[in-house]
Amino acid sequence: MEVVNSKQTQGAAQTPKGMKISGAEALIHCLLAEGVDLIYGYPGGAIMPVYDELYKFQDRLTHILTRHEQGATHAAQGYARVSGKVGVAMATSGPGATNLVTGLADAQIDSTPMVCITGQVPRHLLGSDAFQETDIVGISTPVTKWNYQITKASEIPEIIAKAFYIARSGRPGPVLVDITKNAQFDALDFDYTPCTSVRSYHPLPVATEESVEAAASLINRAKKPFIIFGQGVILGEAEEELEAFVEKSGIPAAWTILGHSALSSDHPLNVGMVGMHGNYGPNVLTNECDVLIAIGMRFDDRVTGNLDTYAKQAKIIHLEIDPAEIDKNVKVDVALLGDSKDSLARLLPKIEAKSHPQWLKEFEEKHQIEYKQIIERDLYPTKEGLTMGEVVRGINEASGEKAVIVSDVGQHQMIACRYARFKQSKSNITSGGLGTMGFALPAAIGAQMGAPERPVVAVIGDGGYQMTIQELGVIYQHQLPVKIVVLNNDFLGMVRQWQQLFFDKRYASTVMVNPDFVKIAEGYQIKARRVEKREDLNDAIAEMMASEEPYFLEVRVEKEDNVFPMIPSGASVSDIRLS
Amino acid sequence: METKYFTISVYSENNVGLLNRISGIFLKRHINIESLNVSKSEIKDVSKFTIVVFTTEDWTRKIVQQIEKQVEVIKAYYHEDDEIIFQDTALFKIASHLLFDERQIQNIIKASHAQIVTVSRDFFVLAKTGRRHEIEDMYHQLEPYGIMQFVRSGRIAVSKEAMPIRELLAEIEEKQHL
Repeated sequence: MEVVNSKQTQGAAQTPKGMKISGAEALIHCLLAEGVDLIYGYPGGAIMPVYDELYKFQDRLTHILTRHEQGATHAAQGYARVSGKVGVAMATSGPGATNLVTGLADAQIDSTPMVCITGQVPRHLLGSDAFQETDIVGISTPVTKWNYQITKASEIPEIIAKAFYIARSGRPGPVLVDITKNAQFDALDFDYTPCTSVRSYHPLPVATEESVEAAASLINRAKKPFIIFGQGVILGEAEEELEAFVEKSGIPAAWTILGHSALSSDHPLNVGMVGMHGNYGPNVLTNECDVLIAIGMRFDDRVTGNLDTYAKQAKIIHLEIDPAEIDKNVKVDVALLGDSKDSLARLLPKIEAKSHPQWLKEFEEKHQIEYKQIIERDLYPTKEGLTMGEVVRGINEASGEKAVIVSDVGQHQMIACRYARFKQSKSNITSGGLGTMGFALPAAIGAQMGAPERPVVAVIGDGGYQMTIQELGVIYQHQLPVKIVVLNNDFLGMVRQWQQLFFDKRYASTVMVNPDFVKIAEGYQIKARRVEKREDLNDAIAEMMASEEPYFLEVRVEKEDNVFPMIPSGASVSDIRLS
Repeated sequence: METKYFTISVYSENNVGLLNRISGIFLKRHINIESLNVSKSEIKDVSKFTIVVFTTEDWTRKIVQQIEKQVEVIKAYYHEDDEIIFQDTALFKIASHLLFDERQIQNIIKASHAQIVTVSRDFFVLAKTGRRHEIEDMYHQLEPYGIMQFVRSGRIAVSKEAMPIRELLAEIEEKQHL
């Protein structure tokens, strides 16, 4: 049935060394050599030679045509986040390239390994304001870990190798490579060597023995130690080391939203989420612990609240791979500058096996307060209107806590992160640092393709959904079994919440007049259902989770519910509000 | 925290986009660059940025961390004025007739140890290398007579302590060959 062409028989590792080939073909061989089998992108004039090669190599390299270049970046991010591999997005010059900027910024702030390839006008037209010319290298500089413009075909192998190496090594991030059209057409002698080092770049610092000793000594003397872990644990694949560390030390551990799922939700020492809408205990007790151990997290302002009142009483130990993060927001007492996996593994034998029952009781007491005032009402509401929380609970139950949850940005995101429960790492995919509305639908496409065996549920608000709704076309075209849940309150809910609390309910431009989302999904031939009553919810979720096809579920939720607890902007973590 | 002058020395690969990347770090934090000089360094194919900022040490340290984070930066340092030897250079273009009409100008030239770079019928050019305040003093002395053009370079500096880039690169090279 399948025609095996000569190219296919070469195998991914075998590249046509020493052969004269075009820059465009060379790019494909580079991608194959880097283990890429999936690209998200959108063609156009300045990248056409590459697309012509993609056509020839389609049996080995799948290209997914997203409906907008921004979708390509988020899909590549979703793929990268769920698989740990480098996501690849491709676009043409000019508007194609500028449409990548949001995804690049998102990947930069959330440390997601991604390589973006853009076409560019031919070298002789650079700087002439040619058709679809834009200085994407200049534009993307602040939002990329590294970028480069290739103007000669012969540069392609070395630069692509460097791009992948930089994107995935150390603290990962996005890299953009801009390739002028002449470089795609011109021939080169192909020779590919993977990049293993760049002399000015030192991605993997190793924590000093003194820092490990100092940290262990602080931890061993601590009466009320507390761990906050972030995505650094996931990126460093240090989940087992974290669990061993938590268990031996007996230290309660909380997570940032990007660290969620690095430690199983049902672990007895997992005390929940920190930050603006995090759990009551971990936030308040941040200001009561005596030693704070921050692992692969960067003290984002949404985590710390007011820095002047953040954990001032505590000695702070920071396990971090990026030297620029040390003392950036919070002055630390001991910095373990290195990969979280290595630092944790070296710390483990030096710490004493302990338990902290009294200290844990404080978390439990705070949890009880939050449970009664907030969690119970969110998850098991007795009022008429549906809550976002009960939908997330339904997904947990129907999926056996095994789904990948991809959330967008806003109230539903906070609810999804607060209540989604996970047994497996790399399961919580969300736009943390940048807060990019429109992230979830395309990211779910990437997540589904990066983890085809896992159920992927996109939880999205009615606002963010409409920012990238066109990506339903991809789900339809490729019949991806993504489960799309839109929690519709006909509002830009989080902004509305702030308007209610801080702007005297002046609901400026937050009321949404929405289309019939079910009909839109059906227009894409996607099975769709709307739930307005509690008695239909579980059945709909069960139907959705059982579906092997794409499935769209709109849940009409209470219009003016608020997300609590909440640390008001600029307030201290200990001033977290329960109502 | 006290604000003062800090001189940042950056050793980097010679890359087109790096100036943009480095200036962006200052731009993002609203830190004004007092002066910027880019030149070759003592090591082949390694560029050196000399950047002067007027800010707190805390900000300077954070900026240096962000600069070092850039892939093509080999190493960055910051120094206070007493830790470096530094100079600025200025050029003054002045009408030639003033040399003869205004006796005081000759005294200024002598006292300032400025060099006369060129003299033509219409103008002459003075070059003054020294500390910023010396150049400022000279400027104020000459100003009443009329300065046709004035320009001052960015600060250039060498540190009293070693900036052991050669050793660092050798170490990296050794690691790469392991």
